[in-house]
Amino acid sequence: MSLFNLASTSSQNGACGAQIATAAMVVFCCLVAPLLHLAVPEESVFHLSDYCITLFGKILCYAIVAVAMDLVWGYAGILSLGHGIFFALGGYAFGMYLMRQIGTDGVYHSHLPDFMVFLDWKELPWYWFGSDHFLWAVVLALAVPGALAFVFGFFAFRSRIKGVYFSIITQALTFACMLLFFRNETGFGGNNGFTDFKRIVGFSITAPGTRVTLFALSGLALLAALWLARFLTRAKFGRVLQAIRDAESRVMFIGYNPFGFKLLVWTLSAMLCGLAGALYVPQVGIINPGEMSPAASIEIAVWVAVGGRGRLIGAVLGAFIVSLAKSWFTVSFPEYWLFFLGALFVVVTLWLPNGVLGLVNTIKVRHAAPES
Amino acid sequence: MRWIVAPKNARRAAVSALISILISALVVLVVLIHPSLAIQQSDILGLAADDSSEKIVAIGKLAETEPRLALRILPAMLAGELYRHENSLILIENGQARDAVSGQTTPLDISLLENVMVNNRLRKILASTIDGMRLLAEDRGERLKAAQNLAQSATAADLPFIDQAMARETDPAIRRQLQTAWGKAAIGSPDAATRLKAIAALRDEADPSSRQLLAALMEKDGATWRETDESARQAAREALSHVEGRLALGDNLARIFSGLSLASILLLAALGLAITYGVMGVINMAHGELLMIGAYAAFATQSFFRAYVPAYIDWYPLAALPAAFIAAAVVGMMLERLVIRHLYGRPLETLLATWGLSLILIQLARVIFGPQNVEVANPTWMSGGLTVLPNLLLPWNRLIIIVFALAVLFAMWAVLNLTRLGLFVRAVTQNRAMSACVGVATGKIDMLAFGLGSGVAGLGGVALSQITNVGPDMGQNYIVDSFMVVVLGGVGQLAGAVWAALGLGVATKFLEGWAGAVVAKIAILAIIIIVIQKRPQGLFALKGRATEN
Repeated sequence: MSLFNLASTSSQNGACGAQIATAAMVVFCCLVAPLLHLAVPEESVFHLSDYCITLFGKILCYAIVAVAMDLVWGYAGILSLGHGIFFALGGYAFGMYLMRQIGTDGVYHSHLPDFMVFLDWKELPWYWFGSDHFLWAVVLALAVPGALAFVFGFFAFRSRIKGVYFSIITQALTFACMLLFFRNETGFGGNNGFTDFKRIVGFSITAPGTRVTLFALSGLALLAALWLARFLTRAKFGRVLQAIRDAESRVMFIGYNPFGFKLLVWTLSAMLCGLAGALYVPQVGIINPGEMSPAASIEIAVWVAVGGRGRLIGAVLGAFIVSLAKSWFTVSFPEYWLFFLGALFVVVTLWLPNGVLGLVNTIKVRHAAPES
Repeated sequence: MRWIVAPKNARRAAVSALISILISALVVLVVLIHPSLAIQQSDILGLAADDSSEKIVAIGKLAETEPRLALRILPAMLAGELYRHENSLILIENGQARDAVSGQTTPLDISLLENVMVNNRLRKILASTIDGMRLLAEDRGERLKAAQNLAQSATAADLPFIDQAMARETDPAIRRQLQTAWGKAAIGSPDAATRLKAIAALRDEADPSSRQLLAALMEKDGATWRETDESARQAAREALSHVEGRLALGDNLARIFSGLSLASILLLAALGLAITYGVMGVINMAHGELLMIGAYAAFATQSFFRAYVPAYIDWYPLAALPAAFIAAAVVGMMLERLVIRHLYGRPLETLLATWGLSLILIQLARVIFGPQNVEVANPTWMSGGLTVLPNLLLPWNRLIIIVFALAVLFAMWAVLNLTRLGLFVRAVTQNRAMSACVGVATGKIDMLAFGLGSGVAGLGGVALSQITNVGPDMGQNYIVDSFMVVVLGGVGQLAGAVWAALGLGVATKFLEGWAGAVVAKIAILAIIIIVIQKRPQGLFALKGRATEN
């Protein structure tokens, strides 16, 4: 009874609460944080340092990926162990634009990116066409991951590959792409990837103003992703997805074909990851094939698992908790980070099947129970 | 006993007297049996001349007049161990400086002497002169080795030696090598009939350099053929196609062999995975780390043998097998008891939890054994290889691992089909609920099956330690591939894993030969996705109701 109450009240208050949270977030990202970074003098305790802005901007991008992951795993029950590929493809697509923006300021003062001069290439490969246009880069960052996800998903879902089989094949996909991008001949900078960016749409990429703008954009993008995901999951579409997650066969017996639902949410999720990658690269200043490693992709899954699957806010929470823990551990106790991460995987799956949010809910229900 | 307590200087005097007697006896002996000792240092000083051409003349003269001495001095010269001291030459033999002619040790400090410089041109001439002289040696093994060396790289300069050797050689194996060497040396001869004979000699020996020599004859300088004689050209064309056919055969056989080798590794990695997935429906992402544990068990066994029983170091892999099996099986059963059994029925979460376990195991290995790769050496009976064709070498370690994989496969088949445990394992794989109903202790079977699968991974680790680097991350390299084997082969039957491992191994190696390693990997992935379109449960799925869910 209490559970039912909780659910209904939260859904009634949900819309209102979500609006307030959104407004607070917009104000923070677009007003408070920029002011604290730009206007408050550096000596002040309220000053937000470069490091903080970059770190939080990065985590905001991760949070977008986590929301995308939650859509496919938390709602549709498809565990992808290869979401890093979509994130990295978005990053590479936008990184191409950033590389072109370097112009002739590179080490070799050529109009070609440095690594191409190094390989003795005389002109841009065909797939770099249009890479000096900002809008085309944005289109690519969304379309390339989307197209790959569509083709892969089309074949995978059509033959009804699901469960661990699907997870394993997505892992193989990102692994194979990582090997491909490691090669110099692929034309994306090989091992080193893209780095040394100078400017973005004419502005210096290291200027505080640019940094803050990218931060604010990441925050807004996260909000947009959350609203889109919220809209989808509350619509009939989302109900069907959850039904597929819980009992795919029954959904089929009722007369739905899960194929289209899965393919749509899968492609959409990949495009969200591409967007996150495009925002991530200019803030962090580097993109390399390491982002496609299976380990990086599986970490995305653990963000969602830690925060709480099937809850959009849980995904965001998880991305923040794990990423902050990672940046703290790798600075303070680098050799214990893997132990912690490994233990986190085990503990969350064994004892916190619904993540931190699930834990909070359980505590709430226990407190509420004696009163009712 | 008395001489031990004798005064020190008396002892020293006695010893030096003994030594001088011995040395003079030796000198007399040497003079008696070796009349050519008449040669003086001044006769060979040309070896240390400033000009290379003078050196070459001196090498030829020495080889001709004093073959025995030449066989002592020239190898030292080739190795850069010949020195000049004023007007005499000093060489290093068994770590001691000796007079090059008399062979007596000298008290000179080598580091102060002038080394006799050897450039690449001299090195070539020295090597072929030494080989040529060894062709006439008495020891059969030495002759064979020299003949093999010349068969690889004979040139026209070696022709006199080869002719001389062929005149007296009776051993058929050496004669064959000489034949090839002669062919390579004589193919540049100005006499067309000799060239024709050389072509015939090269026809039977399919190694890459004979292809090159034959192909050179077929080239044109402007309008004229390099080979002017029509019949020799005809013969060369025929010989070339014959040699190329043999070479292509060798290349293809080599690809099949490395495919089989890869398949045997994949099979060892995937067998255990197939069992745990078949029985429990759980994909164990820490499976690669069980391989790693097996490999480190081999390393530990090797260290133990080195420290305590160095005489039997060659047999450490045999002791490593049970050690690795037990170590990996114990770790595997612990993982199953502590973590995996609590996640029964939640396969996706198990993926994450076992991935976490693998991270912990990798980091543990780093802490215990250090982040660097450790060195695991092949025992002598596993190093070297079997040369089947000139361009097809089958290394013993890979051959043995293929046989080992087959043995493990057979053992696995026997356990699954002939024992009570195997019966239960198959029962649980087919229908867990029904097995529980008829009294199979499914929990216990889960644990034992997991231990068995992990133990087999440990065995695979020992095999891997013999052909690749052993380090904390090594398991990660095999995990994706061995999953692919399971996905392609389907679960529940050994045949699936066997055929999938074979197919993936051989296909990978052939694709790698044509298109490079990365493209091969992507192509394999594409092939798997296409195959799964037709056979969603893998190639060899169990038929019946057991497969759904």
